[in-house]
Amino acid sequence: MIVDINFVGLIIASIMASAVPLILASCGELITERSGVLNLGVEGMMIIGAISGFALMTVTGSLIIAVFGAMLAGVLISTIFAFLTQTLITNHVATGLALTIFGIGISAMIGKNFVGIPGKEFPVLFEGLKDTIPLLSPILFGHSIVFYFAFALPFITSYFLKKTKIGLIVRAVGDSPESASNQGINVRFVRYACILYGGAMCGLAGAYLSMIYTPQWIENMTGGRGWIALALVVFSTWNPIKILIGAMIFGGLTIIQFHMQAIGVRIPVQFLTALPYIVTIIVLVVISRDSRKIRLSTPSSLGKSFHKDN
Amino acid sequence: MHKFLIRSFVSSLVLLFTLTVAAVAKDVKAAFVYIGPTGDHGWTYQHDVGRKAVEDAGFKTTYVEGVPESADAERVLRQLANSGHDIIFTTSFGYMNPTNKVAKEFPNVKFEHATGYKREHPNVATYAARFYEGRTILGTIAGTMTKSNVIGYVASFPIPEVIRGINSFTLAAQKVNPNIKTKIVWAFTWYDPGKEAEAAKALIDQGADVIAQHTDSTAIVQMAEKAGVYAFGQASDMDKFAPKAVLTSVENNWGPYYVDRVKAVANGTWSQKDTWHGIGDGMVVISGLDSQMPSDLQAKVKKLQADLASGKVHSFTGPIYDQKGNLMVAEGKTADDGMLAGMMTYVKGVEGDIPK
Repeated sequence: MIVDINFVGLIIASIMASAVPLILASCGELITERSGVLNLGVEGMMIIGAISGFALMTVTGSLIIAVFGAMLAGVLISTIFAFLTQTLITNHVATGLALTIFGIGISAMIGKNFVGIPGKEFPVLFEGLKDTIPLLSPILFGHSIVFYFAFALPFITSYFLKKTKIGLIVRAVGDSPESASNQGINVRFVRYACILYGGAMCGLAGAYLSMIYTPQWIENMTGGRGWIALALVVFSTWNPIKILIGAMIFGGLTIIQFHMQAIGVRIPVQFLTALPYIVTIIVLVVISRDSRKIRLSTPSSLGKSFHKDN
Repeated sequence: MHKFLIRSFVSSLVLLFTLTVAAVAKDVKAAFVYIGPTGDHGWTYQHDVGRKAVEDAGFKTTYVEGVPESADAERVLRQLANSGHDIIFTTSFGYMNPTNKVAKEFPNVKFEHATGYKREHPNVATYAARFYEGRTILGTIAGTMTKSNVIGYVASFPIPEVIRGINSFTLAAQKVNPNIKTKIVWAFTWYDPGKEAEAAKALIDQGADVIAQHTDSTAIVQMAEKAGVYAFGQASDMDKFAPKAVLTSVENNWGPYYVDRVKAVANGTWSQKDTWHGIGDGMVVISGLDSQMPSDLQAKVKKLQADLASGKVHSFTGPIYDQKGNLMVAEGKTADDGMLAGMMTYVKGVEGDIPK
């Protein structure tokens, strides 16, 4: 194999492209979980986003309507979850699982008429600069707007949680809803908002898959990425920057193992396919082994229902 | 006048007979059991196209999708057999044992199992398609169209069906271009568009300029379109997903077989058999050839297609050697169906090992 510097750039660019849906969904779920709500419906919200984006694109022909429509669809389906867990105080785990099953089912039902239709081309930015700088050009230029947004999101999320007042409120609600409530914060409202935000990001992640990454609709096309996004949130100990690292390692190993197969590296293929899962967990566990920091960043009331007596 | 009476009598008898047969035919109910969702635009989708053909022929059909290849399959089959279905098609390899088990309990219901080999009871038939014939055509095209002499192949799982495809493809490509290399990447999935696209991208980045696939989604041809290389459609005509990249597609065409078999039940002529149909019987269909292919190649492909159909050419004609150089098929001989059904070794020219 010729180790060409542009070849390396191309590989890094494909790794980044494959990490986008994981980053979007994880960062959305991170905010939800930081407010103390465990929503296991990530996969369901993603698949709803995927079909909504694709269907709207096909029907209206407008990519903008499709992208925002997918986010709105994520918001709508997460509203069901929010209503059940926050207003009716149902169990988070059971409701989240139900949301995933519901999402997969309803997306298949809506999607029946959209199978076998090719997607539209999604515009990319800075394509003219693609051949200007060796190595960096394929990484920096020629991607969709969602791609750039995804790579900015962990930093925005980190800043939001650490430096803004609303971020502080979200963390307070997640750590001790009783104290937050005594301070006059409307816990239920904050949690509703965080759940809906998580839904919007998962919807966007799904739309990225069905409109940009592999522009088509087929059933179950999220292929378990929602579960991986959920795992990333936990293994990164609720730290958005570590989510970025985890998503890059996961995407990277998936792609590098294909390259190793194509080169003809004599390692059992089954081991190579399992590699992304194993290494991502090991790396995230190792970089997050400071127990004091884990205690600080883990939302203490995660998954516990909060019932305020009026 | 006399003649006219006899004629009209005979013709009304014929008409009556036809009507009776038609009426009986309408009563036959067929059921289909699918491994995946009908929305996969691949394997299950094509079976469902076949089911619709049965429906169009005037029969009632039902289907159950997403049935796991486990005890669940038995439960579904028993329920279908109990609810008045006369013929049940089980469309995945893993339904082999459940099909035979339930068939024993319902001797009056006909069972048709796709891609399997067990027919333990007189009411179980098996059927499959010779997809490898289609891959001989794809290999011929790939070997001719490649400029880099590197051909990428995204494979799903190491089973005889897939190995046979890789071998048939490579043998045909080598025949027209001895310098080619087939690089294989195992995706370990039948369909996951994201993963398939990533596998194709890895092959393209490593210099492959023609991509073949034995996975089901359209993600690979779309990736090929983006990267400006050639590809082939799988299971259904994928041309509209990648008009520049797709040179042709190999389509699975189950409809005629399904209609035949359901009609046979209606006529009372159904009997157990093992069917393995290819291009000649129309179970494997080659879609339209892309105009980017030079006209002499198009002519060659059409001739090859006709020869495969008539049996003049066999995809596995000796001499064929395995990777270590051992003779698999002697000169002038062709591989028999037993060998094809259990094929688990690569032929010479394929790179890498089969995952164990």
